[in-house]
Amino acid sequence: MGLLEGRMEDGFVVTSLEAAVNWARESSLWPMTFGLACCAIEMMATGAPRYDIDRFGAGAFRASPRQADLMIVAGTVNLKMADRVRRLYNQMPDPKFVIAMGACTCGGGPYYKYGYNVAKGVDLVVPVDVYVPGCPPRPEALLEGLMRIQDKIHKMKEYHKGQLAEVPVPTRTGSVLLPPELATPEKSFAFLTENKERAKPAK
Amino acid sequence: MTHAEIIALLEQQFGSAITAKNADALDPFVTVDPTKLLDVSLFLRDDPRLKFELLNDVSGVDYFETDPKKVAKAGFDPHLEVVYHLSSFSFPGRRFTVKLVLPRWKDGVVGQLPEVPSLCGVWRTADWQEREVYDLVGVKFLGHPDMTRILLGDDWVGHPLRKDYEFPLEYHGIRCR
Repeated sequence: MGLLEGRMEDGFVVTSLEAAVNWARESSLWPMTFGLACCAIEMMATGAPRYDIDRFGAGAFRASPRQADLMIVAGTVNLKMADRVRRLYNQMPDPKFVIAMGACTCGGGPYYKYGYNVAKGVDLVVPVDVYVPGCPPRPEALLEGLMRIQDKIHKMKEYHKGQLAEVPVPTRTGSVLLPPELATPEKSFAFLTENKERAKPAK
Repeated sequence: MTHAEIIALLEQQFGSAITAKNADALDPFVTVDPTKLLDVSLFLRDDPRLKFELLNDVSGVDYFETDPKKVAKAGFDPHLEVVYHLSSFSFPGRRFTVKLVLPRWKDGVVGQLPEVPSLCGVWRTADWQEREVYDLVGVKFLGHPDMTRILLGDDWVGHPLRKDYEFPLEYHGIRCR
């Protein structure tokens, strides 16, 4: 509908199998319902209507690892849980992806030095595709991480004969185009001071 | 009944089993000889003048200064304390604290946990609380129905909230430092 309406001869399109499969995969990532600590609250907010992870096709949170493609490790992984995290990861069908969400999963976070019971990063337990820093990260940051996963899937080359499987690296950086008055640090500083001046009450 | 009166009543009842007392502290407390703990706690629960029906909390404290330069200034000999916080439903707002002073290791042998009678039979809330103290501070509660770790894994080595605890280097193949 809309975008594609009336654009094709006989409703026919030519593409590579890989592109079609990758397109389907990246547009229907099913994450696993998997909250370990406070980051899970932000993950739930990301799933809720205001941020709406469903816009990216990743809204179907599955309660079983066997139906999920994406593990969002949201929260502190302690050593007792680490065994279970690894087990859940092993139960997921290939291809599977992992987002390490939050400071604790990226590298131990506040528990790095004195947390006797915390794994210093979930990458010591399972391979991680995308790290989302923050304590906890904003829902926008998690969506950014999801888009980086989609980038990786977009570049996947599974069906090439005789080609080594390479680890795709996300190319987009997530930088945004700023309006001209904020383009450089000096300009944005000037803009802010000017704004402040304007906000001063008239005498 | 004021805290001083509670302490006087306990002293009258148990005499030398009360080894220390303080009625002016923020949480007035008595220190009890661990061998008499069961009698004292049953009295605290059942005596119609006291009626402490609720055990709020059991906690363990490790008094141990790891820095040899600060040992002289620390003001205590190395020991463990187990603290029981009680409150009463029959007399709302009434609070009391019972403490035990224990050696850090039983008979001075490193690795032998000090032993205390369990209060599970007196207050049911003691069950998990005592397991937590066992898990993190390393006090063995004799007569407890299930004296296993509650928070950490069953194969964990050591008691992390002891001041001289050393962090594990590896746990189930996961690097810990």
